[in-house]
Amino acid sequence: MESPDPIPISALQHWRYCPRQCALIHLEQAFDDNLHTARGNALHARVDTPGAETRAGCRIVRALPLWSDRLGLSGRADVVEFLPDGTPYPVEYKHGRRRVRDFDELQLAAQAICLEEMTGRSVTEGALFYAGSKKRRPVRIDTTLRQAVEDCTAAIRSTFAAGRLPPPVNDERCRECSLRDRCQPEALAIPEQQRQLLARLFEVDE
Amino acid sequence: MQLLNTLYVTTPDAYLRLDNDTLRVEVGQDTRLRVPLHHLSGVVTFGHVMLSTPLMHRLAEEAITLTLLDANGRFKARLEGPQSGNILLRQAQHRRAAEMAFALMTAHACVAGKIRNARQVLLRGAREAKSESERAQLERGGNDLAASLRALPGAIDLDTVRGLEGEAARQYFARFNLLIRPDRRDAFHFDGRTRRPPRDRLNALLSFLYSMWTSDCRAACEAAGLDPQLGFLHVVRPGRPALALDLVEEFRPFADRLALSLINRRQIDTTSFVEREGGAVLLEGDARRDIVVAFQERKQEALQHSLFKEAIPLGLMPLVQARLMARAIRGETEGYLPFVFK
Ligand code: SF4
Repeated sequence: MESPDPIPISALQHWRYCPRQCALIHLEQAFDDNLHTARGNALHARVDTPGAETRAGCRIVRALPLWSDRLGLSGRADVVEFLPDGTPYPVEYKHGRRRVRDFDELQLAAQAICLEEMTGRSVTEGALFYAGSKKRRPVRIDTTLRQAVEDCTAAIRSTFAAGRLPPPVNDERCRECSLRDRCQPEALAIPEQQRQLLARLFEVDE
Repeated sequence: MQLLNTLYVTTPDAYLRLDNDTLRVEVGQDTRLRVPLHHLSGVVTFGHVMLSTPLMHRLAEEAITLTLLDANGRFKARLEGPQSGNILLRQAQHRRAAEMAFALMTAHACVAGKIRNARQVLLRGAREAKSESERAQLERGGNDLAASLRALPGAIDLDTVRGLEGEAARQYFARFNLLIRPDRRDAFHFDGRTRRPPRDRLNALLSFLYSMWTSDCRAACEAAGLDPQLGFLHVVRPGRPALALDLVEEFRPFADRLALSLINRRQIDTTSFVEREGGAVLLEGDARRDIVVAFQERKQEALQHSLFKEAIPLGLMPLVQARLMARAIRGETEGYLPFVFK
């Protein structure tokens, strides 16, 4: 039997933002560049170049391929620092400032889980680096985060398997969403209005 | 959503090449134009225009569609980057096309959009009519179209829908003459649609505008991930963009309005056409450029869509509609809702 394609780690973040966005990107392969993604791409162009260097006893590896066969995840870490004892320490680069929600922590936790499976060492901490504020923030990979990764991966897997797009959230998230034009959340938001317009399509007011 | 520019190149023997991040148009030794690539969403060439391969590679990479039309605006070929198409959506589209109820409902909607918009063209003409008898004739035309519209939901198979559509078109074009200013009616004498080849000036103009709209609708289908060749109203035939033709129905009256204003405002004249032996009438080279410019301008005009809060430029409407079509196909909406002009 063909095993299902691994879910990209980035899908977790998209899913947490909006399940429909996640499905549009990963199921329908939609990607509409806007300022947001363009800025992200410029930053990632830098961290995406594979390589390794050593600094203060740490081996720093960039653009490291990651996977977890157990969860069916795969992706790439911007930076993994290998501490002198060999413990991996993932660092995820983010454009902009720290955001209110926990997308970034989730992504980092997924990387940690992959690194554990790949190296056999336990990974209890990672860091988020915010390019906007140049701040580095350590994140503990606790059981709550680990559970969130598991749940999220399972939810994504079942949506992808069904091949269905979740309905639009149609709230303030849409304003910042790069897929808004493609998603047409306002057009789909009020089924009742749609139904009425369709029903009146064959009538004319004299 | 941003209306990026489409570059239309109508100059015969122009050469298009890549120059860093810009597209350069050369004619002979002269550089006629330089356009930054990030300002473009598409490049359309008419007839004998040449392009460099590096430019073609770059266009594909940047997802800028290249469309080759013949000198009369008929579709020849398209270059599309690897991003286009969405296999899950296409699979759903093929299933839906085989689903009679869905195909019929979508065909009803496409024809309804066309009839509603065509009716607005007649009614507007009626409001502007100079003579009482012409106003009455145009209003009667409007009533005939309203009757066709009401008959649509009762059409229980696709052939009946196509029959109603053909009948409505005949009624509409029977009044079309009255929409031309009286002092221009001799030069633009029109009795009904002729195509392949068009046999009078107005038909030549309409054919050209319809070709451009169809080409835009085809690009919109591709951009939405749909298969432009499989339609609901239009029968599948090799090489025929049936879905783009379904989509273009509601936009034809916009082409008609542009044709009328070009004629009535004297932006186009008898010298804009050449008559071939035997009676075929074709557009003359310079006139094609003028029409393309007028078409481009018209596409900037923002119109209110019943499903969206913000007004949308007419040029983006095919893409908006193609996406609505995709949503209907995926079962996210109750059915396809055409864009109707109020
Ligand atoms: S526009 Fe809104 S509903 Fe659509 S994908 Fe984006 S956030 Fe989700």
